[in-house]
Amino acid sequence: MAPTTFAQKVLAQASGEPAVEPGQIVNARIDLAMSHENAALVLRSFREIGASQVWDRDKMVILFDHRIPANTTKAAENHKAVREFVRAEGLPHFYDMREGICHQVLPEKGHVRPGMLIVGSDSHTTSYGALGAFSTGIGATEMASVWATGELWLKVPRTIRIRFEGDLLPGVMSKDVILNVIGQLGADGADYRCVEYTGPTVDAMSVASRLVLCNMAVEMGAKAGVCFPDQKVQRYLAGRTTKAYVPVVSDADAPVERTLELDVSKLGPQVACPHQVDNVRPVEEVEGLPIDQALIGSCTNGRMEDLIAAASLISGQTVAEGVRLIIVPASREVYLEAMERGILASFVRAGALVLNPGCGPCLGAHQGLLAPGERAITTTNRNFRGRMGSPEAEIYLASPLTVAASAIKGVVTDPRRLML
Amino acid sequence: MKGRVWRYGDHVNTDLIISGRYLDDYDPRHLARHALEDLDPVFSQDVRYGDIIVAGRNFGCGSSREQAPVALKTAGVAAVVATSFARIFYRNAINIGLPVVECPEAHANFHVGEIALINIEKGILVNESTGRTMRFDPLPPFLLEILRSGGLVSTTRKRFQPKP
Ligand code: SF4
Repeated sequence: MAPTTFAQKVLAQASGEPAVEPGQIVNARIDLAMSHENAALVLRSFREIGASQVWDRDKMVILFDHRIPANTTKAAENHKAVREFVRAEGLPHFYDMREGICHQVLPEKGHVRPGMLIVGSDSHTTSYGALGAFSTGIGATEMASVWATGELWLKVPRTIRIRFEGDLLPGVMSKDVILNVIGQLGADGADYRCVEYTGPTVDAMSVASRLVLCNMAVEMGAKAGVCFPDQKVQRYLAGRTTKAYVPVVSDADAPVERTLELDVSKLGPQVACPHQVDNVRPVEEVEGLPIDQALIGSCTNGRMEDLIAAASLISGQTVAEGVRLIIVPASREVYLEAMERGILASFVRAGALVLNPGCGPCLGAHQGLLAPGERAITTTNRNFRGRMGSPEAEIYLASPLTVAASAIKGVVTDPRRLML
Repeated sequence: MKGRVWRYGDHVNTDLIISGRYLDDYDPRHLARHALEDLDPVFSQDVRYGDIIVAGRNFGCGSSREQAPVALKTAGVAAVVATSFARIFYRNAINIGLPVVECPEAHANFHVGEIALINIEKGILVNESTGRTMRFDPLPPFLLEILRSGGLVSTTRKRFQPKP
């Protein structure tokens, strides 16, 4: 057999073809379909399609995370419509608002396994590549079609392989690595591609850190991002799923479009400046800019290791006068652990607001919007104009360490200054 | 199709096309009223049925929100022409029946208010105001079919209609 990429292998498997080529359009069978609140929108199209029932109850996950608790009456109505549908269809994998953000909850609950083909009606569905799945975002109408048929047309993407070498310096996190990559490749630098993250730096990363890399693959236009599964992934999955899985890995000599070798051993903290994710600069260049709000959370950086990193700087300190620090743990599991380990208490003592697990202000729907002229630094994944409230506000993206340091100082701050 | 051109730059993202603060209400007319609001407040007031958007690279990057193409289509936009599209927007547009044309030459060859003529099936784009003709790769036949039937819902519905 000719050597093939991860994307080719998963999509061949899913479409029942012996082999597929990049550029080929296949009709793929979906292993898992995820929707959040926009299930309400999916539902409308699903009804119009007129299928008598969903294709496979066990392969669907629905949860609420974007607007929880409901922030408007309309949102509450949408939640209600979805709940009624879930009940009527008898869908077993439904998480009402208590669990947290989809991209954290699905891995936690064992829905994501290596080699699966996953679609979600959310662009950051690319996250699940951290566990070796091929996963990508789709729209609501095509999700309705998946609910009805279990199938979807997909183009087999070309592959960009990024090989990272070197140990990360203290004060540097996987968020800095991915911001740096996006800055280099550009917001459309990986358009339609599958991005493979490989090399010793990735091997050394936790599953949580790899989730950050794959989460943000879509910010350079990628269709999917993947880290090949290893023992860490096996350990992560043990106790979360009993279902069997077969890891899928690219052949070393597979035909990739482009290979990048990046040495990250000298990389410092990075910041994405307004209003594009690829507007990335070393933190030194923006240090000293006053901030009004700081946010630690989201599907990008709301996990235990992120909260621990932030607490290592914030614990025993006070949030700067005039700065609102908002903490949003990514899931109930994270929330509980952070609570039990006293981390949430240390944030609250420092003057932070701790919100319920969910998307919170990340998408600008509620819970902490920005006024015109305000500036925020956040661990989320998008700094588009108007993303978190007023289009006249500025959003800077950074790692949990950089955001924590900035919250304490009241200005954008290199976290290494506080780590001496 | 033929329409008046609105011209925008690179990386017009989905938050600019329709902001997250309007997404709790799925009524397409509500979305259309706020289309492109944070980028160009004039757009939703002045857009006319049949207008065409010409943009630069990576149009529609960002979220998977289908409300983005829905907002544009409901506002009256007949097609979006761009140097390149972000993939989810591209799929969503076709799935809801909004024609998308990838034509790298277009951005440099159109100004606001000029008249564009598009032949989607043949892959021809003409700037009627200047007379310049450009070509693009037409969509694969099965995607054209989805567009022609008004979107993916109608295409999929055929599979579930009772056989006569
Ligand atoms: S946390 Fe933000 S980026 Fe992640 S799923 Fe929620 S809204 Fe989207």
